[in-house]
Amino acid sequence: MPKDHGIGASSKRREDVRFLTGKGRYTDDINLRGQAHAVFVRSQVAHGKIRKIDTSDAEAMPGVLKVFTSADFDGKGGVPCGWQIHDRAGNPMLEPKHPILAEGKVRYVGDAVACVVAETLEQARDAAEAVVVDIDELPAVIDMKEAVKGGALVHDELGSNLCYDWGFIEDNKAATDEAFKTAHHVTTLELVNNRLIPNAMEPRVAIGDYSQAGDDYTLYTTSQNPHMIRLLMGAFVLSIPEHKLRVVAPDVGGGFGSKIFHYVEEAFVTHASKVVNRPVKWTCSRSESFLTDAHGRDHVTKIELALDKDGHFQAIRTETYANMGAYLSTFSTAVPTYLHGTLMAGNYKTPHVYVNVKAVFTNTVPVDAYRGAGRPEATYQLERVIDMAAREMGIDPIEIRRRNFVQPDEFPYQTPVAVQYDTGNYQATMDKLIEIADLAGFEKRRAESAKKGLLRGLGVNCYIEACGIAPSNLVGQLGARAGLYESATVRVNATGGLVVMTGSHSHGQGHETAFPQVIAEMIGIPENMIEVVHGDTANTPMGMGTYGSRSLAVGGSAMVKATNKIIAKAKKIAAHLMEASEGDIELKDGKFSVAGTDKSVDWGAVCLAAYVPHNYPLESLEPGLEETAFYDPSNFTYPAGAYACEVEVDPETGKVTICSFAAADDFGNVVNPMIVSGQVHGGLAQGIGQAMLEAAAYDENGQLLSGSYMDYAMPRADDLPFYKVDHSCQTPCTHNPLGVKGCGEAGAIGSPPAVVNAVIDALQRGGHKHVTHIDMPVSPSRVWQAING
Amino acid sequence: MQLTDSRDIKASPDTVWAAILDPEVLMASIPGCESLTGSPEEGYEAVVVQKVGPVKARFTGVVKLSDIDPGRAVTITGEGKGGPAGFAKGGAKVTLAPEGEGTRLSYEVEAMVGGKLAQLGSRIIDGFARKLADQFFERFQETIEGPPDPQAPDPEGDGEKKGWLKRAFGG
Repeated sequence: MPKDHGIGASSKRREDVRFLTGKGRYTDDINLRGQAHAVFVRSQVAHGKIRKIDTSDAEAMPGVLKVFTSADFDGKGGVPCGWQIHDRAGNPMLEPKHPILAEGKVRYVGDAVACVVAETLEQARDAAEAVVVDIDELPAVIDMKEAVKGGALVHDELGSNLCYDWGFIEDNKAATDEAFKTAHHVTTLELVNNRLIPNAMEPRVAIGDYSQAGDDYTLYTTSQNPHMIRLLMGAFVLSIPEHKLRVVAPDVGGGFGSKIFHYVEEAFVTHASKVVNRPVKWTCSRSESFLTDAHGRDHVTKIELALDKDGHFQAIRTETYANMGAYLSTFSTAVPTYLHGTLMAGNYKTPHVYVNVKAVFTNTVPVDAYRGAGRPEATYQLERVIDMAAREMGIDPIEIRRRNFVQPDEFPYQTPVAVQYDTGNYQATMDKLIEIADLAGFEKRRAESAKKGLLRGLGVNCYIEACGIAPSNLVGQLGARAGLYESATVRVNATGGLVVMTGSHSHGQGHETAFPQVIAEMIGIPENMIEVVHGDTANTPMGMGTYGSRSLAVGGSAMVKATNKIIAKAKKIAAHLMEASEGDIELKDGKFSVAGTDKSVDWGAVCLAAYVPHNYPLESLEPGLEETAFYDPSNFTYPAGAYACEVEVDPETGKVTICSFAAADDFGNVVNPMIVSGQVHGGLAQGIGQAMLEAAAYDENGQLLSGSYMDYAMPRADDLPFYKVDHSCQTPCTHNPLGVKGCGEAGAIGSPPAVVNAVIDALQRGGHKHVTHIDMPVSPSRVWQAING
Repeated sequence: MQLTDSRDIKASPDTVWAAILDPEVLMASIPGCESLTGSPEEGYEAVVVQKVGPVKARFTGVVKLSDIDPGRAVTITGEGKGGPAGFAKGGAKVTLAPEGEGTRLSYEVEAMVGGKLAQLGSRIIDGFARKLADQFFERFQETIEGPPDPQAPDPEGDGEKKGWLKRAFGG
């Protein structure tokens, strides 16, 4: 019988009560007394020299407090990049300044040139239209391969558009090249991982609030990691010491990565608030969000797979161009490198892997982490090329994967791309997939589709991802400019209730429900005795926030550590109360008892004793019951799984319909199966969106053509099937106390290749043998052209 | 966006050429033109109101004539800034050749938009630019030839003929 409580129970998401009844408190819901409004003047051209900015008309308009230009930020820093990559020769990457407002040049459509701060939003908007920006348009660099060939420079002072040329692992290159020379068969595939626009439901908002009385600042912002914003903005941009800066990220309506990064608007409102001595609020419009939120993916890749005569993988070699956009966003440089190259071994034993990535500046909005971040790009190319190789060699696509899997008894497994998988069972998830997707019935379903004149195809693939990126000392060596631990303070109240103050940040994931389940299980008290506080640097310990499916694996582990400290101290108190030896105290179902006796004292009595220490060992134990722990993982976690997609292709129109999608995931231990299923569902929708519909398109002049929902196709309910999701295959993570691996990104990582594999399979089975690849999104026009091409 | 087309005008090349150089004809020909000042040599300053998809804007900009080959060819380029709506720029390379008793006017148009126009209206820009170019040369032809005969195709290019009432009241 399923549990109704604690770890493993599908407890209902308590935060949904406020989200579903319109009671969420988002940044835009915050209105401070005397607040002024900021509206940015943004570049309409992708590349140009700023000749003159005339603010005089705007400044004379009603309600205008000030019009800011870059001159108002003299002496302030640029928005920093969080990860320094070293290239193949060991040289540091090219790193341009990213000013708060454009200095001298504009570099993408949407680049902030000036900003009006006025009494009302309408006055600020009107005045922003009156700012005259005179720009000498320069040729724009949009295509990555063109950008590195020469021509216009996005950053003149850097002398090149090539941010870095990275080899991973450079020492693997010679052996990899050698393996290709002797291979029985080589499959080569060139593909594009399409550029995506995140489209969080809540657009970005930032409110700066400077207090003259305390000479301190508060920034309210839509962020996934308020502490990191405080550190980056305080230390690198505005020179505000952390004790004078509080960052609050209240309810956040979706992030998917796009709200990890420190954006210029946050620094702007914080600084402007001091200059005008008023709170300053900026709310991003949806159009602005298309233009300025960091985009995702945008890789152009050539992958080669070398095989022996039995289809065993001998070597993998890739060359990828990764778009950085015009400036380096916070984690932009890490995504195509350490979040992508490290995953190129996949679920397979491939002796030689060499990954080359060229990161390129272009006149487009910065590109950074988006749900999966680097891992979807790795998975897509690998699982596509494997499918192609299987077809070329006449081996069943499932069989070729099984043949190359890291086998269950081979863990821990050291890959040739630095990471060591601690645990996994890829055969088991594949078996489970075959069962839940009813692959045995495929031929029958195919025949039924054929009766309707439709081509049915089956796409199967595996994925592995690395979550909870760590440990800090290793990532430091790799160029990270931050640690990647997590923190938690567990505060027990006198009457027994608990508050967990976590450095993780929930923006839809369900932490407020799942975290209490863990503590409830550990202590044996009801979940509703536990509250989660997050998102405010003033009342949570220094934490790194939420991204990369890290919250439970890293933040949850910190919470477990802190709770263990609480339990250890509570046992001492209980021992005192029962006049027993501490070593004999057992905690079960919220009761401390002395082993082998019927003596017991309940949780509430111990908590009360800690805060009303009348009968308390004050000489040896401090009163109170509050503990903080920091947890720095010793390794990544490695969720993995197998996915299957069935499609019907209409050969007349090229339209693809997804008939079914099944996902068999191994997330290790599962705290709340319902939340995990929900995370997988959401991830699948995003992955299918990428595969079928979404594409950010710039024209050759750098104008964003897909700048609204009329032109950027988001997946809708009727584009998606009912999913079959299973996470019963569980190989617990070996190095965190919960044995959990992370589930937030898996769906978005594993699903795109399944869709494209299925479309190609449908066309191949339908006799269109010349179609071996179609780039995403597999829109009707692309499929029709491929069929008729 | 590029398009090429031609039309036959019932007037001699010299008459057509003179019309091209006449600011009043130019103003009458540019759809939505509110004002046009300047000269063919110095270039013109123009104010044009247009609505593209969801974006309506008053464009202020310059129109220049270049590559002038008297009586035979000219390039008309324009660049308009529509404030927050974005900008539009384009050019038409126009050539004239005698055709029977009249003149064949051929043109190659290139147009580009930026800012909100590109972001919100990109899907409709091609069709819009084609329509704008058609209207321009339609009006230009009409200015030279006089009002069209009632049997002729509708000058608005809407495909549907307007009755006298609609025409009289500008519907």
